[in-house]
Amino acid sequence: MTENIKIAIIGGGPAGLAAALGAYKQGVSENDILIIERDSCLGGILNQCIHAGFGLHRFGEELTGPEYAERFIKQVEDTKIGYVTDAMVLSMTKEKEITYISPSKGLVHLKAEAVILAMGCRERTRGALNIPGSRPAGIFSAGTAQRFVNIEGYLPGKEVVILGSGDIGLIMARRMTLEGAKVKAVCELMPYSSGLARNIAQCLDDFDIPLKLSHTVVDIHGKDRLTGVTIAKVGSDLKPIKGTEEMIECDTLLLSVGLIPENEASKGAEIEFDKITSGAVVDNFRQTSVNGIFACGNVLHVHDLVDFVSAESELAGRSAAKYVTDRIKSCNKSITKPTGGVRYIVPQRYIPETVDEKTEFFFRVGKNYRNVYLKVFCDGKEIMKKKLLRAAPGEMEHITFKGQALDAVRISKELEITIDEEV
Amino acid sequence: MEKTFTCVVCPIGCELTVNYDENDIIDEKISVHGNSCPRGEKYAKTELIHPERTLTSIVKCDSSTLSMLPVKTSSPIPKEKLFEAMKLINTITAKAPIKQGDILYKNFVVDGVDLVACRSVKV
Amino acid sequence: MIYDVLVIGAGVTGTLIARELTKYNLNVCFIDKGPDAANASSRANSGIVHAGFDAESGSLKAKLNVRGCAMMKDLARDLDVAYRNTPSLVICLSEDDRGTLEELYERGIKNGVPNLRIIEKDELRELEPNVSENAVAALYAPSAGIVSPYELAIAAGENAVQNGADYFFEFEVKSINEEKDFIAVSDGNRCVCAKYVVSACGIRSDEIAEMTEDKDFDIIPRKGEYMLFDKSCAGIVKNVLFPLPSKKGKGILVAPTADGNLLVGPNANIVEKDDTDTTTAGLDEIHKGALSLVPSLPPLKNVITSFAGLRATPSTGDFIIKQSNTISNLLHLAGIESPGLASSPAIAEYVVQKLSEMGLELTENKKFEPTRPKVTRIRELSDKEIQEKIKEDPSYGKIVCRCETITEGEIIDAIRRPMGARSVDAVKRRTRAGMGRCQGGFCMPRVTEILARELGLDLSDITKYGKESKLLFGKIK
Repeated sequence: MTENIKIAIIGGGPAGLAAALGAYKQGVSENDILIIERDSCLGGILNQCIHAGFGLHRFGEELTGPEYAERFIKQVEDTKIGYVTDAMVLSMTKEKEITYISPSKGLVHLKAEAVILAMGCRERTRGALNIPGSRPAGIFSAGTAQRFVNIEGYLPGKEVVILGSGDIGLIMARRMTLEGAKVKAVCELMPYSSGLARNIAQCLDDFDIPLKLSHTVVDIHGKDRLTGVTIAKVGSDLKPIKGTEEMIECDTLLLSVGLIPENEASKGAEIEFDKITSGAVVDNFRQTSVNGIFACGNVLHVHDLVDFVSAESELAGRSAAKYVTDRIKSCNKSITKPTGGVRYIVPQRYIPETVDEKTEFFFRVGKNYRNVYLKVFCDGKEIMKKKLLRAAPGEMEHITFKGQALDAVRISKELEITIDEEV
Repeated sequence: MEKTFTCVVCPIGCELTVNYDENDIIDEKISVHGNSCPRGEKYAKTELIHPERTLTSIVKCDSSTLSMLPVKTSSPIPKEKLFEAMKLINTITAKAPIKQGDILYKNFVVDGVDLVACRSVKV
Repeated sequence: MIYDVLVIGAGVTGTLIARELTKYNLNVCFIDKGPDAANASSRANSGIVHAGFDAESGSLKAKLNVRGCAMMKDLARDLDVAYRNTPSLVICLSEDDRGTLEELYERGIKNGVPNLRIIEKDELRELEPNVSENAVAALYAPSAGIVSPYELAIAAGENAVQNGADYFFEFEVKSINEEKDFIAVSDGNRCVCAKYVVSACGIRSDEIAEMTEDKDFDIIPRKGEYMLFDKSCAGIVKNVLFPLPSKKGKGILVAPTADGNLLVGPNANIVEKDDTDTTTAGLDEIHKGALSLVPSLPPLKNVITSFAGLRATPSTGDFIIKQSNTISNLLHLAGIESPGLASSPAIAEYVVQKLSEMGLELTENKKFEPTRPKVTRIRELSDKEIQEKIKEDPSYGKIVCRCETITEGEIIDAIRRPMGARSVDAVKRRTRAGMGRCQGGFCMPRVTEILARELGLDLSDITKYGKESKLLFGKIK
C-alpha cells in the first residue's frame, strides 16, 4: 500500500501530539497530518508517568502525566487530526518515504512532504555501563519497572537498590515505597544528582531513603533472582575505590542511568547528528540538515520538563507547516558553538535574519556551577554577559536575545555560549 | 531557629530558608527566604507547621481497555497519612466509563480532599 | 514407556544427537536440568564454526571439527538457523611469531582444512582495514563460519521433537541404574527409562561419569567472558579475527555474530562450575585483548551486554566419547569444549555410529523430516511477503521488540512451536526479542504479557528463565 501525506509525524507522545497541533494551528488541514504511534494509544511515556509535576510552565498548574497527555490527545481528537496506532516505522529515507507496519494496515509506504521526528528516547542499559556480575531476574530499567507498576499493577521487587539518581529513578523510589517495597539506597556515580532537587526532597528524604553520591554498583549477585548488589565509592576519576565495597541484600536493581534519543528510524534519512546530544543537528526552526525533515522533543535532545518538549514540538510543527505551504528556502545557516563548560546547544544552526526575541537557545552545562557568568559571543565579540547563580547538568538552561544583542545575532555567522568561572 | 527546605511545589526546587520562633510556631512569626514565588513561602510555612503532599497512585479499573487507572488526591494531604491513604486506595475499583477529573472517593483520608481519576476511559 | 535412547543434556551436542537418532525408527527422549535447551555452554560462546587447524592432528577433535565444519551450512539451512560462511584470520602481530603461524598452517593442512593459506600484510589489510598496524601476516581459513549456537541447539531440539522425540526440562539427573532390560535415569521424583543412554552433559559430564563409576578423567571449568557490541559496530571487522593461540586457548577474538552484532572475547580462567559471572578484571582483559587486534574498536558505551560461559575442558586434551565400563548401554560424552560447536553435527553422526556398534538397531525412519518448519521473521521478508503475512495473521503487523523488529506473531509462534518457549529468555533466544540495544527495556513487559496470555498464567508466574527467576512479586491492587 502506498499513501501520500503532507506531514508525517513519527511518534504520538508529547512531542508528536504538540507537533501535530502546531502544524494544524498553522493552517494545515487535519487530513494532511498523520501521527504514527507504535503503542495502542496516544500519549507515549506520559501514560505511565502517573506522578505530578507536568504542565506548570504551560498550564500554570501541576498535572500528572496522563492528565497532561489527555489535554493534547483531546485536542488532536477534537480537531480530527489523523493518527494510526500499533504502527511502527521500519525505515525512512531522505526523500521522506516512510515504511511502517501495523496489524490493521499491513505494510504501508508513506510518501510525505515533510516529516517530524518525535520518537522520544530510550533508557541506557546495564550493558552500556559494563556492570559485571551474574545475570539474574530482578534487574530492570526504571522505566520498565514503572510500566510494570503503573500500567500492569504488579510489583517488580520488594527490596530495591536504585542505580542512578535521574528523575525516573527518584520517582520510582517513591512509587515502589508507596506500593510496599523497601528502597534500600539510591546510588549515584557523580558527586551530584542529575535529578531535580525537589524530587530528592519528596521522593527520597520524605521516606528516609539514603542517596549515596559518588557510589556505583560493582557486582551483581544471584543465580535465578537477584540476591544482592555490591556497591563501592568512586574517586574523582569515577573509578571504584578498593576497600569501600559494601554488599546490600536486595531482590531488585533498578537502573536510571540516562536516556538516549531513539534515532534508529531516522538513520536512513542521512541527517546530520550531534555526537553530544545523540539527536539531529537542527536549526532554529527545528529543521534537520535534510530539508523538510524536522525533529523535536526527546529524540532531538533529552529534556527535563515536558512543557519544553511541547513548546519545541509546536515550533517544529509550525515550521513543517510553513515548509509544506511556502517552502522555507534553503539558505545559509550560522553555527552555534558550545564552549567552556557548555556541553551542547540546541539549535546547532540558525538562520540569523530569522532570529527574533522569542527564539530560544537551549543548552546544558557539564558540571555544577555556582555564581558564574554566562557569556555569549557573536563572531568572537561578546554580546551578552549574565550572572548565573547556579547551573547544573540536570537542568537545561535557555536564553533569548533582544535589543543590540539581538541585532548582533541577526547578522552573525557564529554564536558562542560559554561559562566564565573567572567572573 | 532556622531550617532549610527544598521547595517541591514546582520543578525549579528553590532552596528555602525558614526562620521561626520554636516556642511559638505561628504563620506570622515565620520568615521565608530563597523562594522565587509566593507559593514557595506558603510551602515553607506548611512544611514547617504541618507538611502535606499530593498523592498519586493507581486503582483497579473495571474496563476492557485499561486495567489500572491513575489517580491523585485533589489537593495535598498530610504527609503522615500517605500510607494510610495507600491502604484505602488499594480497596477502590473504578468502573468505566470514566472521565478525567471524576471523583472516585469523596473526603479521601481528610475532609475536603477527593480522590480523582487522572485519565478518561471510554469502555 | 521405555525409550530406545535417552540423551541427557540439551546443549547443541545433545539436541543434535537426539535429532540424528530420529532419522531411525527409534523412540527418543532428551532431558536437561535447565528450563530450556541451550542452558550452559551452548548459550554463551563465540558461535564460531572453526575450520579445524587448531586441534592436534589425528585427534578426535581434529577429525570431527573438519567434518562438522563442512556439514554446518546445510544443517543450518535445514534447521533455518542463522549461519554465515565467514572466513577466520589468525593474526600474527610480530615477525618473531611467524614460526607459530606456520606450524598452525601445517597442522591445518594435515587435518584436511580446505583452502587454508598464509596471507601477507598487504592482503590482510585489504581484507581487514581496521586490523592492528603491527599485524605482519595471518592464517586465512575461508571454510570457517559463524552460527548462532543457542539457535542451533533449540532448532535441533525442535526438529527432533517434530520427528517424534520427547523431552523433559528441569530434570536434574540424580541417579543412573541399570535394570534388567533398561537403564533407569532418575531426578529423585521422576524416572525416565531407556535401553540406551547418551550423556552429553558438558560441564557436568564428569558428575554423570562419577554416578556410573566411570570417572577416569576430570572436567576443568574454564570461564570465558564476552562483550557484545551494538549492530552499528559490526562493520569494524568482516572476518573472525583471532590472535595466535597460546596455552590458554585460541585467545580473544573480534568477530561479527551470525545476527549482525560485534562480539569480543573470550578470556580463559579456571573457576567453579556454576560461576558465569562477569568481572571487572575479565571485561578489562578482553577489552585489552580485542584492542591489540583492532585498535579502533568502538568505545565501550556501544556494548549492549556482557556475559560469560564455561568451557568443559577435559584433562585428557581430546573429546571423550566412550562406552561406560559399568553400564554397557551407556555412552559418555565429555570434554566437548571448543571446537565443540563446529564439531557438533559430526559428533551426532559419530555417536549414532558408536551406538550402533554397541548394538542399537538402526532402521531408517522414512518419515524423517530434516527441515524445521520455516520461522517467519518479518525483518527478513520482502514487502509483498510482509503484506501477505499480516493479512493472514495481523499479529505479524505488531512490532513488540523495536530494536530487532520482532512482531507479536513471531513471539506467539515461538511459544506455540514444538518445544515452545516458556520464559522471557526462551522467547528471546528463539526470536531475538530483547536482544537489541535496549536489552528488553521496552519489550520485556510486553513479552511477559504475551507469555502469560498464551500459557494461561498470571503475569507474576512468568519467569526470566525458569525455576526461581520470577520477574514480578504479584498484584499490588
